[in-house]
Amino acid sequence: MPLLDVQDLSVVFARRGEKPFTAVDNLSFTVEPGQTVGLVGESGCGKSVTSLAIMGLLPRRGVRVSGRVLFEGADLLALRPEDMRDRRGRDIGMIFQDPLSSLNPVVPIGLQVAEVVERHFGRTRKAAMVEARDLLDAVGIPDPQRRLKEYPHQISGGMRQRALIAIALACKPRLLIADEPTTALDVTIQAQILTLLRQLVVDSDTALVLITHDLGVVAGLCDVVNVLYAGKVVETGTRHDLFANPRHPYTHGLLGSVPRLDSPRGERLTPIRGSVADNIPWAEGCAFAPRCDRVNDACIGDTVPLEAAPHGRLRCTNPVPQEVGV
Amino acid sequence: MTETAEQATPLVQLRDLKVHFPIKSGVLFDRAVGYVYAVDGVSLSIRRGETYGLVGESGCGKSTLGRGLLRLVEPTAGEVIFDGTDVRQLKGEAMRRMRRRMQMVFQDPLASLDPRQSVESLLTEGLKAHGLANGDSAKRLRETLAAVGLPASALRKYPHEFSGGQRQRIGIARALVLDPDLIVADEPVSALDVSIQAQVVNLLEDLQNELNLTYLVIAHDLAVVRHIADTVGVMYLGALVEEAPSDDLYAEPLHPYTRALMSAVPVPDPRVEDRRERILLAGDLPSPANPPAGCRFHTRCPWAQPTRCADERPGLREISPGHRVACHWAEDIRDGRIRPHEVAAEIVRPTGVLAGGDPGELIPTA
Repeated sequence: MPLLDVQDLSVVFARRGEKPFTAVDNLSFTVEPGQTVGLVGESGCGKSVTSLAIMGLLPRRGVRVSGRVLFEGADLLALRPEDMRDRRGRDIGMIFQDPLSSLNPVVPIGLQVAEVVERHFGRTRKAAMVEARDLLDAVGIPDPQRRLKEYPHQISGGMRQRALIAIALACKPRLLIADEPTTALDVTIQAQILTLLRQLVVDSDTALVLITHDLGVVAGLCDVVNVLYAGKVVETGTRHDLFANPRHPYTHGLLGSVPRLDSPRGERLTPIRGSVADNIPWAEGCAFAPRCDRVNDACIGDTVPLEAAPHGRLRCTNPVPQEVGV
Repeated sequence: MTETAEQATPLVQLRDLKVHFPIKSGVLFDRAVGYVYAVDGVSLSIRRGETYGLVGESGCGKSTLGRGLLRLVEPTAGEVIFDGTDVRQLKGEAMRRMRRRMQMVFQDPLASLDPRQSVESLLTEGLKAHGLANGDSAKRLRETLAAVGLPASALRKYPHEFSGGQRQRIGIARALVLDPDLIVADEPVSALDVSIQAQVVNLLEDLQNELNLTYLVIAHDLAVVRHIADTVGVMYLGALVEEAPSDDLYAEPLHPYTRALMSAVPVPDPRVEDRRERILLAGDLPSPANPPAGCRFHTRCPWAQPTRCADERPGLREISPGHRVACHWAEDIRDGRIRPHEVAAEIVRPTGVLAGGDPGELIPTA
């Protein structure tokens, strides 16, 4: 049984007097215990909304969430709010993008880590603080005893992200959701944090859902990659298959438009034309069709289904041909 | 293309440029209690028609250097020679005339375009300021828009009506309309989505080829800089640590910081990622208000050698043609005569917070 099984998850934002907007549209993916799964896509593809929906953090008003999120067989979406509160942080940890806005600025770091342990395991403040110190130490914060009393503004961005990871790991969750964990950081700090995440996942056998726009980060970290476009999965595959042989024109286009550090200089980038804004509603065909070079009549009209492909799943009527000899 | 001598002299030369920001304190009198050494002695030159890429992490002074070059912030010391003239000596009208020839493209296209000005008004503003608005300006606007790939109908629209990539095109058009020699582009693509970045990078390259522009591209993304720059300068804590032709730098980075930086950039290819050797730096960037003595990088350098690195600040030395490195041990590191060692991380205060002291228990921890 997969650890997390997301089935037909849809998130619709509906405001009175406005046309409902479907941010996530029948999204399905699974995460096996200890596996690292990537959700990749550009801004507006619904990747962050997906993570918030799994965690039950979307506001109740004006948002319609449907589908099932099975965590070890139990549907998280059907849980009562107070039951969900017990699980959030204990079974599933979450790391957000911007550590400064997700830490409480007027509470010392140590207390923010300790309160998770207190809440879920009923430890005393004293015992929780000892655990908090060990956690800060485990995520590589030097001199953790002193850090306990410091406030978020007193430590650097990389340290803050480490503190956030310490909070997420405090209860040894079986699943960790990291939403753009390194986007706000410099590359050398990003490398530190990614190495830390990689180690933690291996050492503690925690499953990780990594949400990012950075294909390079995915290439180094994820076992399975789901590529999202306009709220739907367009392609799924193991990282080796997906990067070696992207079949969906969007995945193919993304890889062609990223300048690579190791590519020969002067090689021209092949951008994807247009922008995410000029898509058409999914119901009337493939949302990527207006930007696609391989578009044909079958792309417009009917919804294109997500079908099993040799290397995973693919949603395309006219995929990029398989390269021979790869 | 007529005078070869003009081709040979660089368009921009910075000589020992320094930009220091005072840290003020005091109630009645603004007393400078210290300085942030944002740019601390940078010398470089940019040849005509080339792209100079400046990379470094946040807080290394790369943006301040770009702004200092344009005198958007007043440099503290040093010379900025633009086409043979020391820009820092120019005053009033002469400076204003000079500004037409050096334009800037900013990072966030939404923040740098006035939401209440139409595109036409945004583009004409510069023309008016330089007395270039005349009967031909309508034609000029259309041509400029066409050059950046926008339709003439864009003139009557406002910034919010465009997508991020299109807004950045407007920002580039605003710089181009004045027919500048130099464009300083500060993180021109970092606010854009990956698929859009490539469009803007290609546009910048096309414009350079057509109009013989000179670029100073400031970015944190090494892959982008490698792609568009002819010469790359790497900055760390207000100083250049290495400068080389783009291909040389990526083929053989000599400064330990450049090596660490390059090994940290993820490559979208699992086969490469699995095999790579990473140099992980310990800790964070020291505060530019209180930079380490000696080599600025010695506190985090895995190759640092006792005493000399901590005592003597290395200057840029030319190691091979065009390849300058500020490291005492560059040759030894290159030839493998010294090995990297472990560096312990030390805590670093975020910049801007001076010795704040322990705030104590402000919040009852009940």
